Amino acid sequence: MDDEKEMMDFLGIKSIEELFSDIPESVKIGGLDIGDGIDEHSLRIKAREILSKNKTSFDMPIFLGAGVYQHYIPSGVFSVASRSEFYTAYTPYQPEISQGMLQTLFEYQSYIAELTGMDVANASMYDYATALGEAARMANAINGKNEILIPKNLQWEKKSVLRNYVKGLDMKIIEYPYDSKTGKINIEELKRLINEKTAAVYAENPNFFGVIDENVLKIREFGNFVFIVGINPISLGLLKPPGDYGADIVIGEGQILGNPINFGGPLLGIFATKMEHVRKMPGRLIGMSKDRDGKRAFVMTLQTREQHIRRAKATSNICSNEALCAVFSAAYLSFLGKSGLKKLAEINMGRAEETRKMICSIRGYTNAHDSLHFNEFVVKLPFEEIKVHRFLLSKGIHGGYLMNTWSNNSFPELGNAMLLNVTEVHTDSDIKRLVDALKEVK
Amino acid sequence: MFHQAVWDEKLIIEMKGKRSLRLPYEDRDYNVEIPDILKRSELNLNDNEEHEVLRHYVRLSQMNYGVDLNTYPLGSCTMKFNPKLSEEIVSMDQVRYIHPYQDQSTVQGALQIMYELQEYLKVIGGMDAVTLQPVAGADGEFTGLLLVRAYHENRKDYKRREIIVPDSAHGTNPASSTMAGFTTIEIPSDKNGLVDLNALKEALSEKTAAFMITNPNTLGIFDENILEIARLVHEKGALLYYDGANLNGIMGITTPGKMGFDIVHFNLHKTFATPHGGGGPGAGPVGVKRHLEDFLPVPVVRYDGKYYYLDYNVKNTIGKVAGFYGNFAVLVRAWAYIKLQGGNGLRKVTERAVLNTNYIRKKLQGHYDLPYKELRKHEVVFSGSNLKKYGVRTLDVAKRMLDYGVHAPTIYFPLIVEEALMIEPTETESKENMDHLADIMIKIAQEAEKDPELLKTAPHNTAVKRIDEVEAARNPVLTWKMIK
Repeated sequence: MDDEKEMMDFLGIKSIEELFSDIPESVKIGGLDIGDGIDEHSLRIKAREILSKNKTSFDMPIFLGAGVYQHYIPSGVFSVASRSEFYTAYTPYQPEISQGMLQTLFEYQSYIAELTGMDVANASMYDYATALGEAARMANAINGKNEILIPKNLQWEKKSVLRNYVKGLDMKIIEYPYDSKTGKINIEELKRLINEKTAAVYAENPNFFGVIDENVLKIREFGNFVFIVGINPISLGLLKPPGDYGADIVIGEGQILGNPINFGGPLLGIFATKMEHVRKMPGRLIGMSKDRDGKRAFVMTLQTREQHIRRAKATSNICSNEALCAVFSAAYLSFLGKSGLKKLAEINMGRAEETRKMICSIRGYTNAHDSLHFNEFVVKLPFEEIKVHRFLLSKGIHGGYLMNTWSNNSFPELGNAMLLNVTEVHTDSDIKRLVDALKEVK
Repeated sequence: MFHQAVWDEKLIIEMKGKRSLRLPYEDRDYNVEIPDILKRSELNLNDNEEHEVLRHYVRLSQMNYGVDLNTYPLGSCTMKFNPKLSEEIVSMDQVRYIHPYQDQSTVQGALQIMYELQEYLKVIGGMDAVTLQPVAGADGEFTGLLLVRAYHENRKDYKRREIIVPDSAHGTNPASSTMAGFTTIEIPSDKNGLVDLNALKEALSEKTAAFMITNPNTLGIFDENILEIARLVHEKGALLYYDGANLNGIMGITTPGKMGFDIVHFNLHKTFATPHGGGGPGAGPVGVKRHLEDFLPVPVVRYDGKYYYLDYNVKNTIGKVAGFYGNFAVLVRAWAYIKLQGGNGLRKVTERAVLNTNYIRKKLQGHYDLPYKELRKHEVVFSGSNLKKYGVRTLDVAKRMLDYGVHAPTIYFPLIVEEALMIEPTETESKENMDHLADIMIKIAQEAEKDPELLKTAPHNTAVKRIDEVEAARNPVLTWKMIK
């Protein structure tokens, strides 16, 4: 810029180098060997060229879920979230000039509290997996105990994140079994594993198999541990909220509420709890207060829990969170409203069930779990997982999640099996193509 | 004079309407049967007209301040211009509508961008390997400290349970250290605001796992003793961790690797111009030297010359620190930024950021107290303690700045400076903007003397006036169902 000379004159320096005279010559580098910068238009072309190698859910139907889910996102949601007053703001450290973000996050917190039936929700965690890690740590902070019981059929990714989050507390992770016929919690075994060392019991509804499990309703009566429940927020349009069956902490994946999947990030960790535990809670909280004229105003509050005040004694290290994803979700829930959310849950459940029936009527394909499902289900395959997957791909269809092939999951009792997700974005024709293709696998 | 929009905006729950949005398959009846015991009995939400929802949030956005509006000199936060092309790229279907478990042959473009970003960050950090998985700066710190722990434990050295940090450190450093199961030892800064070498020597022992610092530090001062620090730390068998929040002050001039660091986290939402989103999402990739590579989280993105793939076979991996592969859409933006700048451009970024900082530093000297030495890198910390005699505090200065339509600096941090005002202009502000910012702050210092009440009652031109934060914490109202 032309103004540099003037600024250097003002500082009384002859070269920019003088500003770096405090850096020892021996650590200086000659430059960064990463090529020259390019102009915006050339990069636009380059980015399109590279990204054109990706196949999207508009190029082929994709029946993957397993943690993140495709849903119809109203255009208005993108319109709201692309307001640069929102997305180019920092954390609202100066609340008087940041009321827009603060009120929107307050609305997000309120929505999550309503949906989950809890008193309070925070302004976001990173994702479902880290929300579980934080919940386990919070349980330890609440009762000082050291064992957490988790379902054996929890996704490997979540187990691994959890292990890392509780490593510093030397918490012991114990897996409780499920009934292989129904895919539901083996409630007798779970009961047997609970004792005076149990800090927390974690259960998911729906679970990794997509199974809706009424057994979660019985867990609270097994003792005085911290009860953590993982949910799919859209399912709560129809299902009883965990607040009604004694949950202390409710977590889930908020991406589902109006955020694109983005290849797995950014996502949005839902985290809600009871008021009695609020001071042990991780993450930012927005509160309602008044300004000096007595007018309603919003502000970040209970900050003495957080790292910038409490440092080594903070409830969590989280600083940057997923605020903009929470804006997506607040807008999404506002567009849907009460009737939309309920209807959407019905459509998901109904279409997934229809698809499941169609697939399980094909010779050799069987239902893995004889239970109610939300929008995901496991089907046992008559061929090797990878063979079915590749055949579908060759037909321009992306099948579901391979239960024993990908990542580090292992469900030997299922044999060859696929976890398929169906939502309102899968058309009648997508589903027909999937079913027809499965019939052809040889 | 600046006047922010003021809308007496209701809460969305206080609005009522009819849903105009139509869902796919809305008109079909699905006879979903749920046992009564599992059925939801009530849901206290409203329906709304699409147009009204949109207006609600657009009006709210007008009561918010972003870097697209004006200068945002929030220290340590690096509020620079966010290239709009990055937003265009991440709004493409090929970024939004791909699933992390898709067959890798169908996401080669995504993997290529991740791989290229890994390679760029290796060069910029002077590191041998990079993981993109951590989703925020603090998550990067946590990941780095898990790597520290795994490294020592792998050598059967189980005593190393202490992390040393200077008292000027970001709050996340000690908090991350606790989360990874370490005890934090805080050492005082010396009279120059730098690492006190004697205090460091005293704190180092066979129990030290790592020393965690940022250089330049939170005062914006480059620690000239860095090579000596690295020597002392390594001599004791500990590792040296680089908090990359302040990378904007040295990028292209030196690298953490060159300075002797073993681990670094990058804040892509700071140095690499991805927008902050009102608090997030960010991204906090971690770079390591060769001896820590085998501990990185899985999967790692690799390239065999023809094909990009996700590799879960990392010998002593710590496992996972987030659900999937990191904040992909943030990674794409940072990749685009690096492509636009190139190697020379990134160096120029630093040069201009440091020029801007020293320019505003000199402009404000004499009007606010400047503790420690003059030469700064990416940010400068003043003290407002010279205004205390008028009964005015740094908080009042910050609030008054809002009245002039600029954001306030970071205040009361670092903790070692009384009444701290931490200013980080970044490279994307012009001299004219710097002059304007300095003029405002000088004028406010004069107002403090003439009319301190004006500052103590500020802000006056924002959507709401000064908020009672004490009351908010004493009687928390955190959701609309808690409103009485």
